Amino acid sequence: MKLALRELIRRPGRFITATLILTLIAVLLMFLGGLLDGLTRSATGAVRAQDVDAIVYSDASQASFLRSRIEPATRTRIEQLDGITETGGLGVVQLGARVPGNGPRDLADVAVWGYQLAPIGVPDPPAPGLAWADKLLAADGVEIGDELLVGPARTPITVVGWVENTSYNGQSGLWTDVDTWRQVLAANRPDAVLADDVFQALVVRGEGADVDVVNAIEAADDDLLALTVPDAINQIPGVTEQQTTFNQILGVTVVIALVVIALFFALLTVERTALYGVMKAIGARSRTIFAGLVAQAVVVTLIAATIAGLAVIVLDLLIPPGSIPLYISVARIVTSIVLLLFAAVVGCAFSLRRVLRVDPASALGSSQ
Amino acid sequence: MTNPALHMSNVRKVYRMADTEVVALDHAELTVASDEIVALVGPSGSGKTTLCSIAGGILSATEGSVVVGDEEITSYNDKQLTTFRQNQVGFVFQSVNLVPFLTARENLLVVDELGRRQGKPARQRADRLLEELGLTDRAKNLPSQLSGGQKQRVAIGRALMNEPKLVLFDEPTSALDTELGMQVMELIRAEMKSRGTAAIVVTHDERITTYCDRTVHIIDGVLAA
Repeated sequence: MKLALRELIRRPGRFITATLILTLIAVLLMFLGGLLDGLTRSATGAVRAQDVDAIVYSDASQASFLRSRIEPATRTRIEQLDGITETGGLGVVQLGARVPGNGPRDLADVAVWGYQLAPIGVPDPPAPGLAWADKLLAADGVEIGDELLVGPARTPITVVGWVENTSYNGQSGLWTDVDTWRQVLAANRPDAVLADDVFQALVVRGEGADVDVVNAIEAADDDLLALTVPDAINQIPGVTEQQTTFNQILGVTVVIALVVIALFFALLTVERTALYGVMKAIGARSRTIFAGLVAQAVVVTLIAATIAGLAVIVLDLLIPPGSIPLYISVARIVTSIVLLLFAAVVGCAFSLRRVLRVDPASALGSSQ
Repeated sequence: MTNPALHMSNVRKVYRMADTEVVALDHAELTVASDEIVALVGPSGSGKTTLCSIAGGILSATEGSVVVGDEEITSYNDKQLTTFRQNQVGFVFQSVNLVPFLTARENLLVVDELGRRQGKPARQRADRLLEELGLTDRAKNLPSQLSGGQKQRVAIGRALMNEPKLVLFDEPTSALDTELGMQVMELIRAEMKSRGTAAIVVTHDERITTYCDRTVHIIDGVLAA
């Protein structure tokens, strides 16, 4: 292994091409992963932020807020169940908002939420007519104190502060008290208007694990759909499809990295057949030679992945917030590096047979 | 009386290709004394390299017995042969074949890295060998910075690193001009004799035989003294 690392240090030129190609692949892998994470966050942030054990919808709603109705009587029944400690009404309406200073067609996409139990990172509901706004709206020119005119009815809502990571279906969250939300809903979506005390969904806190709370609610009422927060996230339309599609692209990218490594080290092995023959003749074992190849592949991949990691971090800093849904996290970079290292080891394995087949007799020219 | 460095008895090597058999070595009998230098002379394809490969534990004999020092290697498996090569024999190859990215000193030490891993004693031995071979001032040079003769001397040093019972030289002068070839042969003889190490020198060149104690001819896999 020491020999292999010495070759890397003394003949770096031999490995530059592979390192460059792997760096580009690693950038692609991390960037695509960042886009997936960004898209997922922008589609699910508001649900992910719910600090509860269960989100309850009406059974026929298929976990769609707009189709769901929770009547006051249903809420009362849930509150009376053993182990339930707290409930809160929740509702949303997705609309366009006119921003002061922007053109009449330059609308900001907003999801106006009415809530009773504060999600993670969101303060308690503000006074009527006010809202906590997702910081992504700053990219649309929104500032604290601005009065947004929401929907075709131009319902006024004034921004009183920022919250983060609360987007829903790619639309930035505006968090209001339930009366303001009802007003917005009634004025802009008369088809979806709700009676007083009726909510689209109920968020529920209870004792014990979240699945226990979910099971208790489901067992009590056949007409309800209760989901844990992770399950509710997966039920948001498009989220699973988006993740599946991106994960397939990421998988193909890892396979490409594997093929590049396999081809590069297969070529190196062919080129070194004579040298390996000599090394075997003087006592090198196949496993020593193969371990050297793997060590070189791992080091080259680590260098490429580190450069790529730094590059995507810089890219993330350079891209204006809100312009594209890119979210670069340490977890994503580390996962990409682990995947690439796996590809490096598996890629090298294709050279193992060739290494095993190198005959030490070839050093003396008597291989037959 | 010390054991011979090599004793080959009734050794056959047969290669099977489809339905035909090619006899590369036919009932070879060869004994090399512990400090003897034997020239193995024969035309191309006569079985010289096959004999050397069997003696050096690179190939296994189809039949017969091979003893190097006090080690009977006839029935060794690949793993045992690898360990045997690490410890008991040295090789100097026709085209030198030094590791191109290692210095002269590191090319000697690679034998220790692949085998015994003695560390400091190995480093001291490498330095001593380089000094004896007149390469002290070239110790940090890469093979590309060495002349043909210097490379061959490094290869001889590498072959002696594991203090072998037997060193096998495969056409050691074929890549050198006549004068340099003779110098290398003088060096080989001096190094072998000073250590009491046995050697087999494979060659086409009858002039080389003057540096050896004995010449063995081989034709069509059959040895003739």
